[in-house]
Amino acid sequence: MRLINQKVSRPAGFLLAAIPFAIVIIAYVSASGARLAVNPSDKLLPSFASMAEAFWRMATQPDRRSGSLLLWADTAASLARLALGIGISALLALLLGVPIGLIPKIRGLLNAFIATFSLIPPITVLPILFIAVGLGEASKIALIIIGTAPVMTRAIALAVSELPVELLVKAQTLGASTWQIILRVVLPQIWPKLVVAIRLGLVPAWIFLISAEAIASTEGLGYRIFLVRRYLAMDVILPYVAWITLIAFLLDRALMLSSRRFFRWAHLGGGGL
Amino acid sequence: MLTIRNLEKDYGGVPVLERISLDIKEGCFCGIVGPSGCGKSTFLRILLGQEAPSRGELLLDGVPLPNEPSTERGIVFQRYSVFPHLTARENLLLAHDFEGSPFLGRAFGTRRREAERMADQLLDRTGLDPARDRYPAQLSGGMQQRLAIAQALMKRPRMLLLDEPFGALDPGVRLEMHDLLLELWREHGMTVFMVTHDISEAFKLSTRVLTFDKVRTDPQFPDAYGATVTYDLSVDGTAFPDNIEKDDPNAEAG
Ligand SMILES: Nc1ncnc2c1ncn2[C@@H]1O[C@H](COP(=O)(O)OP(=O)(O)OP(=O)(O)O)[C@@H](O)[C@H]1O
Ligand SMILES: [Mg+2]
Repeated sequence: MRLINQKVSRPAGFLLAAIPFAIVIIAYVSASGARLAVNPSDKLLPSFASMAEAFWRMATQPDRRSGSLLLWADTAASLARLALGIGISALLALLLGVPIGLIPKIRGLLNAFIATFSLIPPITVLPILFIAVGLGEASKIALIIIGTAPVMTRAIALAVSELPVELLVKAQTLGASTWQIILRVVLPQIWPKLVVAIRLGLVPAWIFLISAEAIASTEGLGYRIFLVRRYLAMDVILPYVAWITLIAFLLDRALMLSSRRFFRWAHLGGGGL
Repeated sequence: MLTIRNLEKDYGGVPVLERISLDIKEGCFCGIVGPSGCGKSTFLRILLGQEAPSRGELLLDGVPLPNEPSTERGIVFQRYSVFPHLTARENLLLAHDFEGSPFLGRAFGTRRREAERMADQLLDRTGLDPARDRYPAQLSGGMQQRLAIAQALMKRPRMLLLDEPFGALDPGVRLEMHDLLLELWREHGMTVFMVTHDISEAFKLSTRVLTFDKVRTDPQFPDAYGATVTYDLSVDGTAFPDNIEKDDPNAEAG
């Protein structure tokens, strides 16, 4: 049978998916073991045991200077920035993207501007933000918004303009005004697209969050890994990276599942991400 | 009731429709046939107000029709006619929601109950009652088109426009849809325009069949002329001679 026709059963699928993870873990463990055998105080590839210990310490023992549990304080600070940034971006994407996608005059007014704005590399705006709004929370959240809002707006505008024109015509024959079309026809069909836009926006949002925290912050996941880098504390950095990855994964899953739950009609065709 | 005078349509200088003049009586069932690409859908979009004619006028009872879709003209497309995010019943209630509340887009109270009564009646009438709470993606093609027709009737339009509404359905389902459409047409007494590729379907359902085609062709410039109404037949076989251009198509072809 041709390779393209050989289907994978569910258990075999799990097994297949586990192989690359297993290979990486085994490679790490053996490399780490080899280095530690030569030099027990090696910091580059710490053992799983020392990483677990460091992680446990960050999670359960109050920091000597601040007295807080660093992992949870960092996580809360980063998630608050992320949520605020991506939330405002999503709101902007709706407020701008829907009119741009639906109303020709507003598209004429804003389309070129947003397309241009989205080409500015957001990180180059960071110094401007630091100068303009200072080193506080506002500049970090603003960076996330600048980095994600233009693409999310364009995604929403595109999704709106791709709604079948038949539906917009049909709504008009049923007596709908522009506002009623937005409220009852466009928005309900855009919610699942907004969830997708948020999921895609979270990828750059994490990058900008970590970057901003690395440059100017006093707490946060990004701040921590760049701080302990000075002591080559790989036993903290690696678990933090894994922790950030896990949070990003769980956020993505939660968004996907809530879309299925709340917008059932949009997932009836099967498939999807 | 509907008067079309010297209607012409061109896209970017290329004529698609030309010299169309018709008088349509109230309650007429007009079938529209013609070769693919001759402008049947374009004609229907102009009747609907989705597109403006390049020249000529459309009068409903002597008054020009508005140049955007309005409630006196219902439409059923071949696809995408119903709202995927609403259940069958919600799809029917939508029209009254629009009417009832300009800001919230949701009807309440007596208007709501009136709409629900009408929707339930139409669901029953179109055999969709068992599927009332299903989303369009959970309905078969025939059920979706029945829903689309029912939805278009909720506003009791004077004109119902259908663009190849049964083109994607299999023959058995088509026959059922024919019966349903004829019954609804008689009950509601509206004027129907239906584009179809199936000439026998047109003659079976219609009281009047319009065929569109190009009468004038220039071999050097195939796009030089648009299509017009070449035959305008009453189903008993008699023509509507007043509406046909007097020039002989064969004389110009050479
Ligand atoms: N928006 C448009 N812009 C430019 N040309 C168009 C547009 N819409 C239709 N046309 C052209 O007008 C002609 C008629 O198209 P129309 O869709 O009305 O044909 P039709 O008779 O409905 O065909 P079919 O039977 O295949 O549905 C075609 O040649 C098409 O290319
Ligand atoms: Mg067509």
